[in-house]
Amino acid sequence: MAREMMYGDAIAAAIIEEMQRDPNIIFYGQNMAMTERDPMLRKFGKERVRIAPISETAEIGIGIGAAMTGLRPIVELWMSEFMLVAFDQVINEAPRLRYMSGGQVSVPVVLKAGYGFCAGWAGQHSNCIYHTMMGIPGLKVVVPSTPADAKGLMAAAIRDDNPVVYLHPYMLTLDKGEVPDGEYVVPIGVADIKRAGTDVTIVAVGWMVKKALAAAERLAAENISAEVVDPRTLAPLDVTTIVNSVKKTGRVVLVDQAPRQSSAAAVIAGEIAEHAVGDLHALKMVTALDTSIPYSEPLENFVVPNEDKIVEAVKSVLTQEVIAV
Amino acid sequence: MSRNTPKKAARRSQTGTDQLQWIYTQMVRIREFEEAVKRTFIEHPGVIRGHSHLGDGAEASIVGALSTRHDTDIVMPSYRCHGYPIVLGTPLRKMMAEVLGRKDGLCRGFGGSMHLADPSRYFPGTSGIIGQSIAHATGAALTAQVKHSGQIVYCFFGDGASKQGAFFESLNMAAVWKLPIVYVLENNQYQAYTHFSLEDANAVAGDPLSKKAEAFSIPGASVDGTDPVAVGKVVAKAADRARAGKGPSLVETKFYRLSAHGNVITVPPLPTQFPEHEAVAVYGNRREFEHWKAKDPVRRFRARLLKNRVLTEASAKRIEAAARAEVEDAVQFALASPLPAPEEALQYVYA
Ligand SMILES: Cc1ncc(C[n+]2csc(CCOP(=O)(O)OP(=O)(O)O)c2C)c(N)n1
Ligand SMILES: [Mg+2]
Repeated sequence: MAREMMYGDAIAAAIIEEMQRDPNIIFYGQNMAMTERDPMLRKFGKERVRIAPISETAEIGIGIGAAMTGLRPIVELWMSEFMLVAFDQVINEAPRLRYMSGGQVSVPVVLKAGYGFCAGWAGQHSNCIYHTMMGIPGLKVVVPSTPADAKGLMAAAIRDDNPVVYLHPYMLTLDKGEVPDGEYVVPIGVADIKRAGTDVTIVAVGWMVKKALAAAERLAAENISAEVVDPRTLAPLDVTTIVNSVKKTGRVVLVDQAPRQSSAAAVIAGEIAEHAVGDLHALKMVTALDTSIPYSEPLENFVVPNEDKIVEAVKSVLTQEVIAV
Repeated sequence: MSRNTPKKAARRSQTGTDQLQWIYTQMVRIREFEEAVKRTFIEHPGVIRGHSHLGDGAEASIVGALSTRHDTDIVMPSYRCHGYPIVLGTPLRKMMAEVLGRKDGLCRGFGGSMHLADPSRYFPGTSGIIGQSIAHATGAALTAQVKHSGQIVYCFFGDGASKQGAFFESLNMAAVWKLPIVYVLENNQYQAYTHFSLEDANAVAGDPLSKKAEAFSIPGASVDGTDPVAVGKVVAKAADRARAGKGPSLVETKFYRLSAHGNVITVPPLPTQFPEHEAVAVYGNRREFEHWKAKDPVRRFRARLLKNRVLTEASAKRIEAAARAEVEDAVQFALASPLPAPEEALQYVYA
């Protein structure tokens, strides 16, 4: 059975179902569970559901310490940039402790945060910073793009014995989609073909999957068949699914909400270059421009990728001549 | 029109008639500005994007503290930053244009409500990341010390921010280095939707938040933040200490935020007006809200000045009308100002 659900509610459903399953899961963060009426608090009690002050270093560090000693904490961070206050904990503690202990210790903590809220939140609240976490062995990074994936990847993140950064695009919070009832786990590290096609591959991340699907729909009206691949997990990356699609179409557009410099798109481009070189005719990246996110609407629109830019990029890779070598 | 920061000499007497009238004028200008921002959400939906945060309720704390400021002292507020530049004399037109993301905005439409900056008036900028600007302000005090500029820094931040590592680390360093800075902990009793009693160790123990000063062996004081004269007196002592090279102090001004934390957070194009205050919306505690509304610092100070004959009804009304006209002019200016051209986004990335 499946039910239509909003993206934000699908995340909550996974957290509730997992907490019912495993008493070691705790959940805390700022500005949550403020009153006795809070539904999570009523379900799971004050011990397991807590309110935290604005203390990201301690919030995340405490999550790590609790994870090392038998709990499975989920830390609600609200916006991914707030994690930067505690970047040592995220990057140089959580993912390193298992390795340094020769595999004795594990750190099953979930760091949940929204990102990329392109709604006029300006320079410090709307950026995409996942590229800073993608190159950290030991750290998993998931970016679900649909309500179903939001539920399934949260369940997987909670069950995983590694630290997982769970990033949800804030722009999708109210989007609706079919979500399976009951236990539903989407494996970490497995990409998903969100739309099958034959002429061109579009690899898109997070909010950009929605834009890519809309662009693919427009392109279909012009008899262009685009395949949309959603990596879903940025670390570890499912290179095989991406490369197989590119081998089929020969042309690829990589769409990423992050600035171009060291974006997920750039990393994926490198993998494609190595693994699909014989089949690749054209590649283009549609990323944010290399700026912080500006406040004013025309500035923000200019900087961030959109449907038009994707359509244009697809047409450009399709018209690019194959250079015989 | 407004009078900007008066000269040092003119402001020496904290309780002279001129000074009290100046304080009231600035408080009214702040209040009118914030009310206009709030109204704009209703009258011109969608024109203000993102998240705006108002300083209504904080007027006595802001103006009382800044009434002790000398002309070149530096001011570093939090992201809830509208009130401070108003006192510093930043043109309201430019401020409102920034809140509306216009080309003529203080930051050319790049920053918005949370990131006003007017370095020419000793307001170098803000951070939207809670607590981090406490360190920046401490750095500004380091500049003042190294350059022997004679400046001190007024560092404003919220009760919530006082739980960040940057707070503890900065106060420790400022104390060790004897930096010329006054830390004003604005306890407006809420950190977004969380009442401070739910998250502050001092509050849980029944102590004032200024107790944190003891950990750094610096002076700490708590003061009624709805009374600008009381705030001025306490902050003056801290400022004197900073000017004398004796180092930092921590002043907790306790007041009440009168509007909700910010406008509603939602995905566009859903409307984003200001909701009800958290006391009511989250905690169902209308009594608390009404209690503090009755202590509205602007209205209370007005009544007090009328009673003490510092103002007459007519002179108070003149101040209020002038502030209203100034703010209305700012709104009209902002609405008429063009949006920036898209390609401008590529500027200012690097110096
Ligand atoms: C590091 C960080 N964590 C969380 C937030 C989200 N946030 C924005 S405002 C706010 C509350 C700040 O409260 P306080 O310091 O008391 O200032 P006030 O809003 O009351 O002026 C929070 C938690 C943030 N901006 N930065
Ligand atoms: Mg506060």
